Amino acid sequence: MINTRDILETIKMVDDQNLDVRTITLSLSLLDCADSDGKKAERKVYDKVMLRAGNLVKVGERLSAELGIPIVNKRVSVTPVSLVGAPSGNYVGLAKILDKAAEEIGIDFLGGYSALVHKSMTEFEKDFLATIPEAISETKKICSSVCVASTRSGINMDAVALMGKIIKDLAHRTADNGALGCAKFVVFANAVEDNPFMAGAFTGLGEGEATVNVGVSGPGVVAAALKKCKGADLTTVADVIKKTAFKITRAGQLVGEKAASLLGAKFGIVDLSLAPTPAIGDSVAEILEIMGLSSVGGHGTTAALALLNDAVKKGGVMASGMVGGLSGAFIPVSEDAGMIKAVREGKLSLSKLEAMTAVCSVGLDMIAVPGDTSAQTISAIIADECAIGVVNNKTTAVRIIPVPGMTVGDEVSFGGLLGSAPVMPVSDVDSSEFIERGGIIPAPLHSLKN
Amino acid sequence: MKAIVTVLGKDKVGIIADVAMIMKGHGVNICDISQTLMQEYFTMIMLVDLTACKLDFTELQALLAEQGKTIGVDIRVQHQDLFDSMHRI
Repeated sequence: MINTRDILETIKMVDDQNLDVRTITLSLSLLDCADSDGKKAERKVYDKVMLRAGNLVKVGERLSAELGIPIVNKRVSVTPVSLVGAPSGNYVGLAKILDKAAEEIGIDFLGGYSALVHKSMTEFEKDFLATIPEAISETKKICSSVCVASTRSGINMDAVALMGKIIKDLAHRTADNGALGCAKFVVFANAVEDNPFMAGAFTGLGEGEATVNVGVSGPGVVAAALKKCKGADLTTVADVIKKTAFKITRAGQLVGEKAASLLGAKFGIVDLSLAPTPAIGDSVAEILEIMGLSSVGGHGTTAALALLNDAVKKGGVMASGMVGGLSGAFIPVSEDAGMIKAVREGKLSLSKLEAMTAVCSVGLDMIAVPGDTSAQTISAIIADECAIGVVNNKTTAVRIIPVPGMTVGDEVSFGGLLGSAPVMPVSDVDSSEFIERGGIIPAPLHSLKN
Repeated sequence: MKAIVTVLGKDKVGIIADVAMIMKGHGVNICDISQTLMQEYFTMIMLVDLTACKLDFTELQALLAEQGKTIGVDIRVQHQDLFDSMHRI
């Protein structure tokens, strides 16, 4: 029999420290649903999603009850719609039918209204990108992502310039909901094909027919473990995080294997993530503060985050057969009570967040900026993030929300897991000439690895 | 199927007897049992076998939780796998 202490520890993690499995995401290939007849393509897509993912929510709830661990989100990701819809050009129709399927299955988000244009754009991809504001503003559950850069190919600055315009258009179209559309759109450098997290999940072309990818969570559990080692040196801190990450990841691995078997799918990867929620005690910022910073955003924040990110991976790798996705600590502003507090108090700036993205799992995430921020400035922010990702050989992303009618000091609230975001100041330097040049920023020398 | 039952509540006379009767009523076989007092709180952990239990797992969970309330304790039953996974390599 397992010892009492271990059992009570697990129960305490779930009851008091917000341990949960953040998401089980069924990654579906829709390549066989492409059709030159737009209506036929819609039917095929709908039938396939309903057939393969129809039971997803039921399976999630059953596992959650049996194992006694919450599974917060059940989601679906699909092959980039830019490819599935290319023969018909019926991109928006596909978004709407996917939205209908998502609603009927009972999932909160479906990702994959996506395009991969990190080197160049085809004509049909240009058409697709132009539909993103319409598709996202006229659906409820569809998430969109575009990969505009990679270490191997460099940064597609034509696409980067376009992204600023798309984000502004999305903000304008969803102005009544605090520009909520922008929370469902993310721009990537080095996008990964097996990411279970939204808004950036899509099924890559290297993926199989149906795969379950799992995103774990548990900042509260790490925080609780670190509170017990006050005064210990940072080597010990790293060790405690590793051990905790191991346990959290094992829970994810177990849920993923069981879910895949119940859904008749393959088990893919565990994304070793510390994903915060706006709930108190479920914050990545809090972990950094327990390490000894009086507030996240101060000097030392990047170092503390680097330690955390690395230890989470080292602990998690040992716990899972297959690791992938984004893997690391997420630093979304609106979804983390500690980050929100630091921004409100003026202790966390956009520049510091940018530095943090060099050592965290992804990038500038869920950041509200003034509504009058220009498309070129947003593109310039994206270009900077892409540069960090491309040069450091990591995934970076930008999910930024220029909230119409709001300015620094205001706060936009999305509710639920998306939380609320204080509007942050951006630089008033004009970068438009740089952005409007277009072209490609060539891949760095270290992309030539062969 | 093996499962872990945890019983938490304020200590009083006869908790083990009451819980054992509830288990018996549902055809739940108790394989191993460990019990301790943490401050004033009674904490019992049982490894149980559900082979003879006719109820669906979620029905059993709901019934145990309900009957636990009538004797003033929190009873929960979970699949053993989560604990095995998290604490064993």
